[in-house]
Amino acid sequence: MKIAIASGKGGTGKTTISTNLALSMASDHRVLLADMDVEEPDSALFIKGNHLEERIVTRDIPVWDSDRCTLCGECQEICNFNAVVRIASQIMIFPNLCHSCYACSELCRDEALPMKPSRIGVITRSEQGNLTFVEGRIDIGQEQAVPLIKSVGEYIESIADKDTVVIMDSPPGSSCPVMEVVGQSDFVILVTEPTPFGLNDLQIAVETVRKLGKPFGVIINRSTLGNSAVADYCRAERIRVIASIPNSLNIARIYSAGGLSCGMDPDMSREIGKVKAFIKLIS
Amino acid sequence: MNILFTAKGKEWDSPMDPRFGRAMYLLVYNTVSDKMDVIDNSAVDEEAHGAGTKTSSVVAGIAPDIIITGNGPGGNAASVLAATGVKLYTGAGEMKVEEAYNAWKNNLLEEFKF
Repeated sequence: MKIAIASGKGGTGKTTISTNLALSMASDHRVLLADMDVEEPDSALFIKGNHLEERIVTRDIPVWDSDRCTLCGECQEICNFNAVVRIASQIMIFPNLCHSCYACSELCRDEALPMKPSRIGVITRSEQGNLTFVEGRIDIGQEQAVPLIKSVGEYIESIADKDTVVIMDSPPGSSCPVMEVVGQSDFVILVTEPTPFGLNDLQIAVETVRKLGKPFGVIINRSTLGNSAVADYCRAERIRVIASIPNSLNIARIYSAGGLSCGMDPDMSREIGKVKAFIKLIS
Repeated sequence: MNILFTAKGKEWDSPMDPRFGRAMYLLVYNTVSDKMDVIDNSAVDEEAHGAGTKTSSVVAGIAPDIIITGNGPGGNAASVLAATGVKLYTGAGEMKVEEAYNAWKNNLLEEFKF
């Protein structure tokens, strides 16, 4: 069972839910927590496991072989992403625009664009009791998160058995990186807050998840703030609200100190308990 | 000499387009023949990414001696243009094409450092 913890709006509590849920479930279950917010991973701040493995992730980028090239320019025509440019005397490759599709390389009649691996980030794995923690972290300067998120997904597949509950801490928003994480999941939990921004971005996220055909539910975080518009929207759309975590200074204090509030704060413990019960129900 | 302007229209009195990669029109003025060629670049609007490399490859094909534009190219476009050896002048984004030409002639525009 793979559960993506996603949100439209950033800062609604994806990492808080992911880390608390993962560690709480690990008391009697094998759990894998994967931080797939590769552009700003932060779950590691709350997990104090033993470091087990580090794996460099690469993707293939064409490299120009000036000796073989006849400057026909077909590569530039073929590239759908404007990543290959021919000027009078050379071919220029822009790795940050390249989608590693191989088209220019495969179709080059002079075999002058061989694909070579290029480093994009790193996957690390650590362990804390029943909990395996996997983190994807993109290198500074890399612009595409999706290839690394794909690699993290393949890595999870290679180490998690069927009985393991996989919790995937997703990036915010509703663009390609989020869709990649959601696409890998069996169920999506959208974390939101009861504010106009929370509602607006939740609606976009709901639309995205529905288009991807994934079952989903909502957690309303800081539920005692703002107004009832998010709850009203969920009711009208028949979206299940799995838990509602009240706005709490105590939870914020524990979080700010790098701690996990489940087990230390009664509100968080109760609401995480509801999420666990729900996951058992759908597993 | 060929001078290329990034513009929002096709005429001397059209406003300049301050953007390089997403410039709507590329106007190429030949100072010898006194002729202006118009290249419609508006299809670049459909590119989600890589507008800079796309437009700069079009410009590299034209091979002008000078480019007059507004904000200047982004990093990717700049590296293509640098390889072509073209000179580029910025600061004409709020002018009309003719004003931009006169400003360049009077040394009022800034040369872009590649």
